Amino acid sequence: MQVVDSGIGELIQPPDMEAFREWNRTQKSRTLIDKRMSEREAISRFVHDGDYIGTELYGTVRCPMSLSRELIRQGKKELRVAGQGVLELDMWLAAGLVKKLDITYIGMEVYGVSNGLRRAVESGQVESVTEWSNAGITWRFKATSIGAPFIAVRSMLGSDTFKYSAAKSVECPFTGLTVCLIPALVLDVGLIHVHRADRYGNCQIEGISGFAFEMARACKRLVISAEEIIPTEEIRRYPDHTIIPFYLVDAVVHAPLGSHPGEMAYMYARDEPAIKEWMEANKTAEGAQAYMDRLVHGVADHEKYLERVGRQRLDELIEMRERRE
Amino acid sequence: MTEYSSTELLICIAARVFENGKTCFIGTGVPMLAASLAQRLYAPDLVAIFEFGGTGAQLEDLPMAVGEARTFHKALAASGICDIMETAQRGFIDYGFLGGAQIDPYGNLNSTVIGDHGSPKVRLPGSGGGNDVGSLCWQTIALMRHDKRRFVPQVDFVTTPGFLTGPGAREAAGLPVNTGPIAVISTLATMGFDSDTCRMQLEALHPGVTLEQALDNTGFELLIPTEVKRNAPPTAEELRVLRDEIDPTGLYI
Repeated sequence: MQVVDSGIGELIQPPDMEAFREWNRTQKSRTLIDKRMSEREAISRFVHDGDYIGTELYGTVRCPMSLSRELIRQGKKELRVAGQGVLELDMWLAAGLVKKLDITYIGMEVYGVSNGLRRAVESGQVESVTEWSNAGITWRFKATSIGAPFIAVRSMLGSDTFKYSAAKSVECPFTGLTVCLIPALVLDVGLIHVHRADRYGNCQIEGISGFAFEMARACKRLVISAEEIIPTEEIRRYPDHTIIPFYLVDAVVHAPLGSHPGEMAYMYARDEPAIKEWMEANKTAEGAQAYMDRLVHGVADHEKYLERVGRQRLDELIEMRERRE
Repeated sequence: MTEYSSTELLICIAARVFENGKTCFIGTGVPMLAASLAQRLYAPDLVAIFEFGGTGAQLEDLPMAVGEARTFHKALAASGICDIMETAQRGFIDYGFLGGAQIDPYGNLNSTVIGDHGSPKVRLPGSGGGNDVGSLCWQTIALMRHDKRRFVPQVDFVTTPGFLTGPGAREAAGLPVNTGPIAVISTLATMGFDSDTCRMQLEALHPGVTLEQALDNTGFELLIPTEVKRNAPPTAEELRVLRDEIDPTGLYI
């Protein structure tokens, strides 16, 4: 197969599918063991400095924010990150924890650019930035999920997004079409927040699934936080709702309102003033630091964070949730 | 004459583009408002598609994010990003709406960097789903504020492909055939693309906008057809629905 064109971006985490199979054979338990632990223990045990890490879904929607804040609290650094993010990556970037980025989108959606990204990239603090499209990066997870070293797609071609990516284009041996080859991406560690999990890590999600299915299958280590911990009998009653089976999972953290200030479909709405509070603070590095001193480092854990937000406000957000009418 | 803002005008003109029984890839912001307005007034059977999995939502309340619950409010399906992007890749998505910090005469869009990629003056959010929408939907429509900083001879970075370098360039790069930009709706005018050269061409001016204004605010040579049409102003009904029902708190408008 002839390579037509190659992106010049760094392949930050080159895929090794044989090593991944071996990892899955030797490092992932097939036994039902209780994996419940605190945010502190999960981040401490499963996230290391220099790791390649990803979060799902993103920022304001079903995002593992309690885990993201704990990661900042523990100062995990020199992270290489799969960047599809809003608040969580804006904060990590503002905290100076990110060394390399496979970026597709880091921004504040309707509110515009991420000041964390701007400061970290424009100052050169982030050493390497490789571009992808949203489908591109998710299809990288999908390639890993199907156990293949790459996947052939028709997006990204002809653009600078391709040029500054680590993708390649080739002539398809079957059709003659020029296709874009997207390399598999194996995460050292992934963080995913779900509606329900049992103690072993069987997970169920309501509403859209984002890229949870693919990312969960593309991680060497996977930390789950869940709104509710439910009995395994409940999982067995609705096995068709299980999107992540236990053997993919290394830690299960009970994190009610764990996506705050983001939302959780059918459970609670996003906290608009709280999101704006962060964005206002993050206009400057000093403001971001002051915010984190108060709401990340200044609270011992997620429970204390929720106390700081206040029960009344949390109840309002629950009341404002999307309903199945 | 009824007063309206440039954003309201943009939303109302864009809303008239939507068609019943078509699938449409919707991004955050103005496209959501336009789709919501279209669903209420012109195209009740419009199938709104959001990139993280919402298909066929009823856009009763404005989503603030492309993944939030309102993107699958009373929807027909809630799947995930792979399903949506693969649906686009299979040729099932008719229209996609796009935006960006810069657009060039070929409809290429930049939402990645101002300046050099290695040491950017401004680091923007990046492609997100933009590149995929521009690559895989049948037809795309860009919504833009109209000034010389945004309408530039050459974008600093081709985040999302328009016609790339001109006729045949998309196909040569391997992008699906018969795809590409069909319109740019700005705060001053509606533009299309010349079928021979793939360059941007003025189609219709918004109410009160002169030809000189449109040209003065465009940083490249805009093709002018023999007859320049005039877009109708927002109707009282469009403005009422937009203000009273869609965005009553004035979040966007």
